[in-house]
Amino acid sequence: MTIAVSVLPGQQLAALKAAYRKAVARKRLRFALGAVLFVVALLVAAIGAEVNLRTLFTYFGNFISYFDRILKLDDGTRVWSNVGEWFWGWRKWLRFLGETLLISYVGTLIGTVFAFVLNFFAAENTAPWSWLRFTIRRLLEFARTVPGIVFALIFVIAFGLGPMAGVLAIAIHSTGALGKQFAEIVENADMKPVEGVRATGASWLSCMRFAVLPQVVAGYASYALLRFEINVREASVMGFVGAGGIGQELVVAIRKFYYSDVSAILLMIVVTVFCIDIGTGLLRGRLFGREART
Amino acid sequence: MRQMPAANRDELRARYPDIFNRPASARLATPAMLLIALGIFAFGLFDLNFSPTRLFAGLHQLGWITLMMLPPDPGSSLPLYLKALGETLSIALLGTTLAAVMALPVSLFAARNIVRSNFLRFPVRRFLDSIRGIDTLIWALVWINVVGLGPFAGVLAIAVSDFGAFGKLFSEAIEAADQKEVEGIRASGGSSLHEIRFGLMPQVLPVIAGQVLYYIESNTRSATIIGIVGAGGIGLQLAEQIRVLEWQKVSFLILMILVAVAAIDWISGKLRFAIIGRRAVV
Repeated sequence: MTIAVSVLPGQQLAALKAAYRKAVARKRLRFALGAVLFVVALLVAAIGAEVNLRTLFTYFGNFISYFDRILKLDDGTRVWSNVGEWFWGWRKWLRFLGETLLISYVGTLIGTVFAFVLNFFAAENTAPWSWLRFTIRRLLEFARTVPGIVFALIFVIAFGLGPMAGVLAIAIHSTGALGKQFAEIVENADMKPVEGVRATGASWLSCMRFAVLPQVVAGYASYALLRFEINVREASVMGFVGAGGIGQELVVAIRKFYYSDVSAILLMIVVTVFCIDIGTGLLRGRLFGREART
Repeated sequence: MRQMPAANRDELRARYPDIFNRPASARLATPAMLLIALGIFAFGLFDLNFSPTRLFAGLHQLGWITLMMLPPDPGSSLPLYLKALGETLSIALLGTTLAAVMALPVSLFAARNIVRSNFLRFPVRRFLDSIRGIDTLIWALVWINVVGLGPFAGVLAIAVSDFGAFGKLFSEAIEAADQKEVEGIRASGGSSLHEIRFGLMPQVLPVIAGQVLYYIESNTRSATIIGIVGAGGIGLQLAEQIRVLEWQKVSFLILMILVAVAAIDWISGKLRFAIIGRRAVV
């Protein structure tokens, strides 16, 4: 097979090559500048965070050996050789895991209800007054930017130690996050049904109920389930500050170096999170499946 | 609707049987689900010791706390707080970078178009999943056990927990890449490493850079809280001031966090657009 490759005359080619080289050089310069800036930022950060590369390597060995230690029972054998001994406290841990799930469930539900009530006032296309929209948007922003565990710390002082503080902290954080996501769904909804309902002389409330809600409710359910999944993870650490759940047991086990307990509780948390992930995934698939059929 | 003539209604009934005569199971499904949801909710309230008296007492207390937070005032420890905030930002930046560097090679093993065998890919994916299933705070506690209290433990905690997330995100980005360019490299005689370097990376790197920037932003948030368990940064100050009930300092610290998060949000948004153009960021 012969292919004719046309080669431009030298003069023309030289000009093109020079232009190409200039373009590439400019791109490379910009990239190099960015890289230098990034490395400088990293160095400054490393000094700020007291990082030492040499210690990192020595400590990394410790990290690996930590996992070796948490997978050993007190008598030095591997944990899986004696599962009964490994999970000696499974009854207690299961109860705390159940409490964790309940905390995230109740917290998510309260958050969903509040977000549901507030989001129509926060969405651009349905808010009746703009000053109200502004206020509610700022409130939601505040509720989702302050980390849940900070709320938990404060609530533990106000409401006393126990799961109630955890539930309320998760509820507030979920209200903020879901309120924003719900409002975004409403903003994407079709406004023609609203006009149709309003043309019949309906009130604002009826417009929301009969024109907006049917369009958005599946999206709401999907986001609420996703939030539940995230909150299970969040609730597993609420115990660190005394706000109930499995975190309490875990923090005691880690701080007091009960090595095999740490691995047992971590394994239980990971398995629970997996199950919740898969379960909510299936449920969301069914919700959207139903939506597609109608 | 009530004035509708009966004949008309019958005709409608005949024409749309599936709307007028829905089976009982379909009609009962939604109320039943709501009832179950409410039942679990009520059980949860009971089991978690909710009581109206406790709630109102707590709200009363919370009202007092809010009043005492005003006005926000750092007292004489402003330099200390600024240093702690710098530490938090450093933790976020270093932790995310470290995670990205570690996750890039591993994500290649988790991507379907690079490692064809399900048998090899499955354990890598499960490994990444289990790392992601454990919260950053737990990793922070573990690292404190290993390297001691301080910001270094925070950096490593963020690095490990993001390693799981990045591994998954990067491998998805690699799977979404166009195969034609890789085939082009192969057709011109490139080795499989050439395929990755010249066929995949130019497509994948901008996406990855966008994701890393997004994570630096969200890790600023995580980095503020890992201090609560002792891993350095502004969270340490915040937890301390809450414990000693210095509410004016607490509100000042919360304000500082909000401002810092907003600033990082803004900067990384600008950078993201500069890197990948006005394309939507996943």
